[in-house]
Amino acid sequence: MSLRLTTLAAALLLASSAHAAEQIKVGLLSTLSGPGAGLGVDIRDGFNLAMKHLNGKLGGLPAEVLIADDQQNPDVAKQTADKFLKKDKVDFMTGIVFSNLMLAVGPTVFENKTFYISANAGPSQYAGEQCNPFFFNVAWQNDNLHEAVGKTVHDKGFKNVVIVTPNYPGGKDAVAGFKRYYAPKEAPAGGKGKVVDEIYTKLGQLDYAAELAQIRATKPDALFFFLPGGMGINFVKQFVAAGLSRDTQLFAPGFSADEDIIKAVGAPMMGMFNSSHWAHDMDNAENKRFVADFQKEFGRLPSLYASQGYDAALMMDAAVRDVKGKVDDKAALQKALEAKRFKSVRGDFKFNTNHYPVQNYYLRAISKDATGRVTNKTMGTIFTNHADAYVAQCKMK
Amino acid sequence: MTQLVLEQALNGLQFGLMLFLLAAGLTLVFGIMDCINLAHGSLYMVGAYFVAAAAQAADSFWIGLGAGVAGAAVLGLLLELTLFRQLYKRDHLSQVLATFALILIANEAVRMLWGAQPVMLNPPDALAGPVEIAGFFYPAYRLVIIAFGLAVAGLLYLLVAKSRVGMWVRAGASNREMTEALGINVRNLFTAVFVFGAALCALAGGLLGPLLAVQVGMGESVLILAFVVIIIGGIGSIRGALVGSLIVGTVDTLGRALLPTLLRAALPADAAATLGPTLASILIYLLMAGILFFKPQGLFPARA
Repeated sequence: MSLRLTTLAAALLLASSAHAAEQIKVGLLSTLSGPGAGLGVDIRDGFNLAMKHLNGKLGGLPAEVLIADDQQNPDVAKQTADKFLKKDKVDFMTGIVFSNLMLAVGPTVFENKTFYISANAGPSQYAGEQCNPFFFNVAWQNDNLHEAVGKTVHDKGFKNVVIVTPNYPGGKDAVAGFKRYYAPKEAPAGGKGKVVDEIYTKLGQLDYAAELAQIRATKPDALFFFLPGGMGINFVKQFVAAGLSRDTQLFAPGFSADEDIIKAVGAPMMGMFNSSHWAHDMDNAENKRFVADFQKEFGRLPSLYASQGYDAALMMDAAVRDVKGKVDDKAALQKALEAKRFKSVRGDFKFNTNHYPVQNYYLRAISKDATGRVTNKTMGTIFTNHADAYVAQCKMK
Repeated sequence: MTQLVLEQALNGLQFGLMLFLLAAGLTLVFGIMDCINLAHGSLYMVGAYFVAAAAQAADSFWIGLGAGVAGAAVLGLLLELTLFRQLYKRDHLSQVLATFALILIANEAVRMLWGAQPVMLNPPDALAGPVEIAGFFYPAYRLVIIAFGLAVAGLLYLLVAKSRVGMWVRAGASNREMTEALGINVRNLFTAVFVFGAALCALAGGLLGPLLAVQVGMGESVLILAFVVIIIGGIGSIRGALVGSLIVGTVDTLGRALLPTLLRAALPADAAATLGPTLASILIYLLMAGILFFKPQGLFPARA
């Protein structure tokens, strides 16, 4: 009996005193094939660039980054996440692009008490009632960029707006965010415009002929669309080919008008407005180094996804250093992550009580730069220190 | 409203004619040699990749289209001579298994050669904009697709209905043994048909490439619709494939476009948008079931 007690006590002692890990393992699960692949690839490349800047170490400890493709399929994502958590025993997870996949994977990760640092997906659920100590979003809450567009469209005085978005959690957050600052009922400034039509497409849809005919029939003066990756590329191309750009001004959140899409669509995107928390022309030392090295390494301009992947790695690095490598001490690690002791490429920001950022949002316009390249140019600030709308519903345990 | 319906009808026509390019080859292969080729969609995918690669190398969409179609025809010839010849003698189950394996092989091969990300293919600059017809703008490129589809349909009609080879094909489709007994080498005839089918697949893939995206797995979803088309139209009948394609194309497009609008009267926008396309795809299968109930051999049975 006494022997058993001693063993038990020893076991308890072992469990409570966390040791510094010898190696940090990160599971990067992202969409690397199919129409959404460009997004995941940019997150991965951004993350890898940060690892290169950090000499392959996180918080001074050697790090291993396991990379897997979720194929934009919730089942595949869930299975791979299980493998990362149970077999590889990763210390952090990151990389998921799409909110529906994040919502599918989240419960397993949180149950396993593993910190998830989202480099993109920011579903409203995890910002509000289902907020979780193990979930951090280093990008934004889904609604935020759409709120910023809504405010812009409202301020510019457009009267009839059509919204196009895929029918999934991220798309619904987009509509909610846009309307919160555009539609008369909710607009703080008392808007005069109205949303004349809301078109929901299938996630991953590539042919928009039917939707474009519907838009033509509605004759809006502005169109707000949120179609990430290949969906957006096809939509803009087909929108211009159908001659709709003559009468309708296009607006989009940054992720439907970033460098990945501009590269594929080209000149037809000129004159389009979009919102972002980051831009490649932002003037700070961290960003300049990031943009220059990204171009050197991958031969293209980074998108906001790449900046988020980069920041995710920096965030892990700072937190591991803070806890002196004792990543098993979950409470201390959570505190360290909340403290955010790293310099983001977007400039300064902080985490709210729901682990989502409080930060500035900027207006960008797609135009030609000095070298004649079609790219995003920052035009001004839409929101300063903007928080999300769900934080009040979050009772963080 | 009339303009909306007219534009959607054009969209339906464009979609239907592209389905026809796929269904034409599939129906002949199925009809003449009684061979189920699930890998037909893979030929469409590989053809699209060929067109995209050739267009990039030559820096011209049209040269790319020609070279890609030719490349797919050669691939079709090799496949027929090496693999499909062995499959005709086997039962349907073996054919399904072998051609399903071919889908997996094709997908992996394409992934290895071109990577997992979609390949970009752009239409010629002159066709990237809209043209005005009957008071509204319509994408010029979609009109070109419609023109190609109609031209191929016309060519196939002449070939199958008026030429000697076409007569053999029709004879082979309705009664293969009798045709062979008349001294026609159905085997060589079939090789030609298979190669022609592969070329049509590549043409469809290459034409749709700039509109959609050239990517791994693009053939699978469209293959199901192509099978629906040939079942509605009657296996082995070119005329059936054309009529079936136009019906499926129109029902799908109009359903996708108009049902959500109608449902909006009763339901919130996102629910209507989920239900509309679902009902539209159900509509296609209901249509198929209805046609099979009244005409079990399809609308234009080859073996009447």
